[in-house]
Amino acid sequence: MGLTLPSDGEIAEVPAVSPNWLTTRLDFLVNWGRANSLWPMPFGTACCAIEFMATAAGRFDISRFGMERMSFSPRQADVLICAGRLPFKLAPIIRRVWDQMPQPKWAISMGACASTGGIFDTYAMVQGIDTIIPVDVYVPGCPPRPEGLMYGIMLLQKKIKGETMADPSLRQELLVNDQGFFVPPAKIDEISEPFGNSVHQTRSA
Amino acid sequence: MTAVAPGLSPSVEALRAAFGSAVLRSAVSCGDSIVWVDRDRAHEVLAWLKNTPGQEFNYLTDITAVDYRDPGQPLEVSYQLRSLGRKVDLRVKVPLDKAKPLTVDSVFDLWRGADWLEREVFDMFGVTFAGHPDLRRILMWDTYAEGHPLRKDFPLRGNFTRAEQTRQALAANPEAHYSMEELSIADAFNELPDDMKRRLLEGQRGELR
Repeated sequence: MGLTLPSDGEIAEVPAVSPNWLTTRLDFLVNWGRANSLWPMPFGTACCAIEFMATAAGRFDISRFGMERMSFSPRQADVLICAGRLPFKLAPIIRRVWDQMPQPKWAISMGACASTGGIFDTYAMVQGIDTIIPVDVYVPGCPPRPEGLMYGIMLLQKKIKGETMADPSLRQELLVNDQGFFVPPAKIDEISEPFGNSVHQTRSA
Repeated sequence: MTAVAPGLSPSVEALRAAFGSAVLRSAVSCGDSIVWVDRDRAHEVLAWLKNTPGQEFNYLTDITAVDYRDPGQPLEVSYQLRSLGRKVDLRVKVPLDKAKPLTVDSVFDLWRGADWLEREVFDMFGVTFAGHPDLRRILMWDTYAEGHPLRKDFPLRGNFTRAEQTRQALAANPEAHYSMEELSIADAFNELPDDMKRRLLEGQRGELR
């Protein structure tokens, strides 16, 4: 077919199994189960956590998604919800929490500050938690209303329902490499081009 | 002697009588009395304000500092005092020449509450308090190398690039932020894993990689 691996070896693995009738039926069952019993690891640092609590409480009722079991230990959690701004002092801690979560795992970045740093373009604040851990769903808002978070959760469920066991790269751990990053700064700049944090700088500068 | 400003605390006149030229100037701002005091005698003045009958400023509300944008102007360490019995306040300011080392005597021996307040001023402005028993950073982490964030010469986004800040944050060891002093419950120490015990005993507070 003329398909060759990129020379720089950026793609580590090629799916060994192509989806077939058996795997797709099994995928459907497994993904149905996973998507409807996501146990959240709440990482609430700011006002977004208040909206997250409102989402969990009676009126909006996160248990409709099978998520009412808050997992305050990362070892029994499926989805990390970072609700609020993340200072650099907490960055190694959320990284440790993420590394302690077993696969399969997903992350939701809730609110403007967790997603981009928001209004806190300062010396103390991580400019988007996707420079620290991989993120599946970004929920905009300052803070997002519970409906917004629920929409994000439903998007994550949709994403989970599209996963397949034939693709082992989905379960690859993205660890901090020997350069000290888990995403190279050049790549962060490339992805966020032309929308840096402000007109004066890229996200790594 | 100029006329006393209306609303000025009588403590200021008492200070002038007791310390003379060590009291640099005084002012009333928004109803609050402010008195500027020479750095070398600041501790003496504050001790006098605390211990003299009739003054009795027994509560230290806050210590903070002000760095003015004009580089020629001194950095001011500001002590907000209150007498709980007399229900009066006084603000004492100590100007520090930025050309010289920024240092002032600690008032930890007068008010124990000065402990964390002085650590905060040290962390944010780089003022050292001579005689403080445990002067280290309180808000920023121990290995923070970018400087003192509330100084006017400190850029808003910090001195390092975002990439370097992220790299250092990811290299930090979350457990190494605790010192033996902070783990004051002696029993908890024996429950810790062996490697953590070893790091604490060595006094390791995290390192840059």
